[in-house]
Parts: sequence; structure tokens; C-alpha cells
Amino acid sequence: MSDDPREEIVAHLGPMRAFAISLTRNSALADDMVQDALVKAWSNIDSFQPGTNMRAWLFTILRNTYYSHHRKRRREVEDTEGELSAGLAQKPDHDGRLQMRDFHTAFDQLPEEQREALVLVGAGGFSYDEAAETCGVAVGTIKSRVNRGRVRLVELMGIADDEPMEVTEAVTQGIVTLNQSAV
Amino acid sequence: MGPKHKPSRIDQEIERNLRRAFDDVAEQELPSRFTDLLQQLRAQETQVRASEETDE
Repeated sequence: MSDDPREEIVAHLGPMRAFAISLTRNSALADDMVQDALVKAWSNIDSFQPGTNMRAWLFTILRNTYYSHHRKRRREVEDTEGELSAGLAQKPDHDGRLQMRDFHTAFDQLPEEQREALVLVGAGGFSYDEAAETCGVAVGTIKSRVNRGRVRLVELMGIADDEPMEVTEAVTQGIVTLNQSAV
Repeated sequence: MGPKHKPSRIDQEIERNLRRAFDDVAEQELPSRFTDLLQQLRAQETQVRASEETDE
């Protein structure tokens, strides 16, 4: 039982939920998606090659689940979800939570291909190569999605609130640096 | 693609936010629907194996 590679899947369920939420921006849909992916992975464990990156394999399954079923459903509920987050955003608090909320608001406005590239590379611990394979695109495409996503986030967060001067300068500087590097 | 830029403070900030948003969810306790499902899947497996053994 302990040699069963399927038991290894369990350790990736948390990160799978995190990735799913970043795609769907809706935790109920995200968990439906993770559930489908879990069943798929469990019953198709033979297609996993031992010694390769299991997280990348699982995220690929999860992603396919999203693009084949759940994306459509997300559109149907998106309006409700938007209202919900707007309501939440009205209650600012201190200790960096406000900034985090701004970040979420900005992140949610990115196109999904930028969101997934940013999450895979920036948070999921994927190399550019692994992210490219997971998304089925060229490495250069992932790099440019990450860059464009960063630039857009900086713009959105810069516009979203009135930060102290030094942060505004950092934001401006960030845009300049990123634009230069994206050329 | 241009030359690789060295991470600015704002890049690091974005990275930090991305990781925090991700980890907030990734580190949550698994909802019971998943632990229940895992139990079901394992139980199914035991059943399948048992029936395969009887078939042989």
C-alpha cells in the first residue's frame, strides 16, 4: 500500500486546490475541479511515469479538467462572485491584509493564461520548462506571459490605491524595468 | 525576449504575494469531501483486487 504511487497524490491536493482557485477564482468550482482531477489521476496512475514530477503531472490533469469542463461553468457564476469580492473589499483592515486584497483584486483581472503562468512559476515552484510543458506551450511563451502578467499586476495595483510616495516610485520603477525587459 | 532583468523590489513583492495567496490555500486542512473520496477510492481498489483474485 505504501509503495502505491497513488498515495503520493494526497500530498499534492493542497497545492492543486490553490492552483485551481487561481484559475477559477471560485473555491466551490475549484474543489469540484480538484475532485474530478483526483479521480482521473487515481484511475490513470499507470500513465504517470515514476521518477518524473508528479506535481506537474497532476497540474496537467487539473488544467485539462478546467479547460474541458469548468471554464464554462465559471462564466455562469462569475457575476455573483464579483459582487461578493466587491463587498469584501469595502472593509479595509491593517497589517498588510489590505494590500493582499488589492493583490487578489488585481490578480483576478489578469487573463487566465497569465494567471496560470504566474502561479506555476511564481508560487508553484515550477521551472519555466515545467510550466511550459504543463500548459502545452513553448518556454518563451511562458516567459512572456509571466512578464506581461507582472507588468499588468504592477499597473493594476498602482492604480488601485493611494500608496505612500516611495511605493508609487517603486511601482513606476517596476513598470519601467519590466517594460524594458519585455522588449 | 530581452535580457533577463534582475528582480526589482516590486518583482519580489509580487512573488511574495503570489506565494502567500497560493500557500494560504495549499496549507489549509483538506475539506472532508477529499478525505472521504480518498477513502472511497482506496476501498474500491481493495474490492477490485479482491474480485480479480477470485477471477483467477
